[in-house]
Amino acid sequence: MEKVIKRPSTIPENAISGFCPGCMHSTVNKLIGEVLDELNVVDRTVEIICIGCGTLNLKYRENDQAVVAHGRACAVATGYKRCNPDKLVFTYQGDGDLASIGIAETIYAANRGENISVITINNAIYGMTGGQMAPTTMLGQKATTCPNGRDFNDVGAPVHMMDILNTLKAPVYLERVSCNTPANIKKTKAAIKKAFEYQLAGKGFSMVEVISNCPTNWNLSPLKTLEYMKEHNLKEFPLGVVRDRGGEIK
Amino acid sequence: MSRAFVKGGDAIAEAAIRAGCRFFAGYPITPQNEIPEYFAKHLPEAGGSFVQGESETASINMVFGASLSGTRCMTSSSSCGISLKSEGFSYLAAARLPSVICSVQRGGPGYGSIKPAQSDYLQATKAAGNGGFKMIVFAPSTVQETIDHIYEAFDYADKYRNPTMVLLDGVISTMMEPVVFPEPLTEEQVQAIKDSKTWALNGKKAGDKKKLITGGATEQSNMECAEMYEYWAEHETRAEEYLVEDAEFILTAYGTTARVARAVVDTLRKEGIRAGLIRPILVNPFPYKSFAKLDYSKVKCVIDLEMTIPAQMIEDVKLGVLGKAPIRTVLRSCGEVMTDDFALGGVKKIIEEY
Ligand SMILES: Cc1ncc(C[n+]2csc(CCOP(=O)(O)OP(=O)(O)O)c2C)c(N)n1
Ligand code: SF4
Repeated sequence: MEKVIKRPSTIPENAISGFCPGCMHSTVNKLIGEVLDELNVVDRTVEIICIGCGTLNLKYRENDQAVVAHGRACAVATGYKRCNPDKLVFTYQGDGDLASIGIAETIYAANRGENISVITINNAIYGMTGGQMAPTTMLGQKATTCPNGRDFNDVGAPVHMMDILNTLKAPVYLERVSCNTPANIKKTKAAIKKAFEYQLAGKGFSMVEVISNCPTNWNLSPLKTLEYMKEHNLKEFPLGVVRDRGGEIK
Repeated sequence: MSRAFVKGGDAIAEAAIRAGCRFFAGYPITPQNEIPEYFAKHLPEAGGSFVQGESETASINMVFGASLSGTRCMTSSSSCGISLKSEGFSYLAAARLPSVICSVQRGGPGYGSIKPAQSDYLQATKAAGNGGFKMIVFAPSTVQETIDHIYEAFDYADKYRNPTMVLLDGVISTMMEPVVFPEPLTEEQVQAIKDSKTWALNGKKAGDKKKLITGGATEQSNMECAEMYEYWAEHETRAEEYLVEDAEFILTAYGTTARVARAVVDTLRKEGIRAGLIRPILVNPFPYKSFAKLDYSKVKCVIDLEMTIPAQMIEDVKLGVLGKAPIRTVLRSCGEVMTDDFALGGVKKIIEEY
């Protein structure tokens, strides 16, 4: 009998995920593994991992990886890719990493049109450090450093990185996805695959933003986070293709 | 070998390309702009990649990325720019990634002054970033020596898998001198060096283990590095000892200031004063032995000349002299360059007291 569903080759049998139960970081990691297998590119893949909960994947992913300074993944990926243009290079970053401390690195890598793929997990909170406010925290959402909820008059509104990148000329493909339903999980996988395919075809910079959850720091059960996301995060950050110029570029 | 009459900044970049440097990232800052400008023009011709980073922080992290691939890579900056790069130096040291950093010092603290100085000695040699790592730090005093050091620094970086610094001041980077360049490595040699780095990330091949390079550290990795630093102290120190055997007055200085100090020694000798010079060629590891082995029955005073106020190298000089002779200073700072006259006057005033 043919095995239809199997583990990604980059996530071995005995691997233990460091992610909390119900966290979408896990789902996205599995999807990345599936895409790497389907494209048969593990032997040319280099993953640049952020500092944040994303770092927890280094314990079980079986592909070449570097863990780099907080916020600098896009700069590191730039340096690597320019020296080894034939490799598949992707960054895996939290939204604090990408859109707060690393906002300059992200914007400029996108603006230069570096031929890399960025996967970012937007969970509206600083997960790794224990629930502080993120650039993407919802207005009114409580975090340990905005105990009364995010106040527009004090700290402004959530940062929309996709829209910022969409003002630039060079990016090729920008899509916002989520892993809150089976259908959306499929779309997330398709988006990651497209980003990697575009890179392999030399088309340029892509970013896939996954609207995600953090049961631990939202103080909600995994199921309840899905309801919260529907009410808040998915309204603030609507899903869909923000830009796809892959067809225009040879 | 090829002869040329070149500016320090251009010479640095040319020497790096000849040494097989194929990636450079940097952010403009005076007085080192000639370096990125030369790379921008000539690195693509050599098949390499130049990036003007959006900041020093981004640039040094690009260098981190380049080094992950095994490519010989470099950055350059000056004082406040070096401070911003310190995050990256620390990560390079943690990840044991080779790279060459050219630091062209200007005045400080803050944005200080764009004029030449030696204001970042302690930062370069003691704590170039968080975490207690060290780098080998070359301190050339002529354009020729700078070329030789840059060329060598790539070998040192690869040998020890560590960032390696060449510490200059704005005088050398902007000065023109006749020089001889070393032969450039051939493309095959450059590729062979890259291929020899079996630790570099290339994608996990079937049957192989994955490679993981992190900016993290453990007690074990701390101990391994400590062992390496001790090895440097034992085997890698380098200093020029000039007329020290019978000297009553030992001058000490590095970089541009050492050229001036040497001229002062020559003048004093002509006047019958027994002066000598210890010039650290590497400032880390520091040549403590050159001071320890002096004949202190003769030495009346050690005179430290630096272009920074207060003095910084004096901390190391003290550890070499260990109280066996008084240490005095002749100092300038923030672009007030140490001239022959100023140095001679300052040194003579001290000598009169002994
Ligand atoms: C320079 C620096 N500043 C701060 C930190 C502490 N830190 C680690 S992860 C993190 C933020 C994590 O949030 P995010 O990037 O959104 O990722 P998540 O953990 O939520 O997936 C911070 C502030 C650090 N490691 N380095
Ligand atoms: S802290 Fe939050 S983001 Fe981090 S693994 Fe746990 S649930 Fe996921």
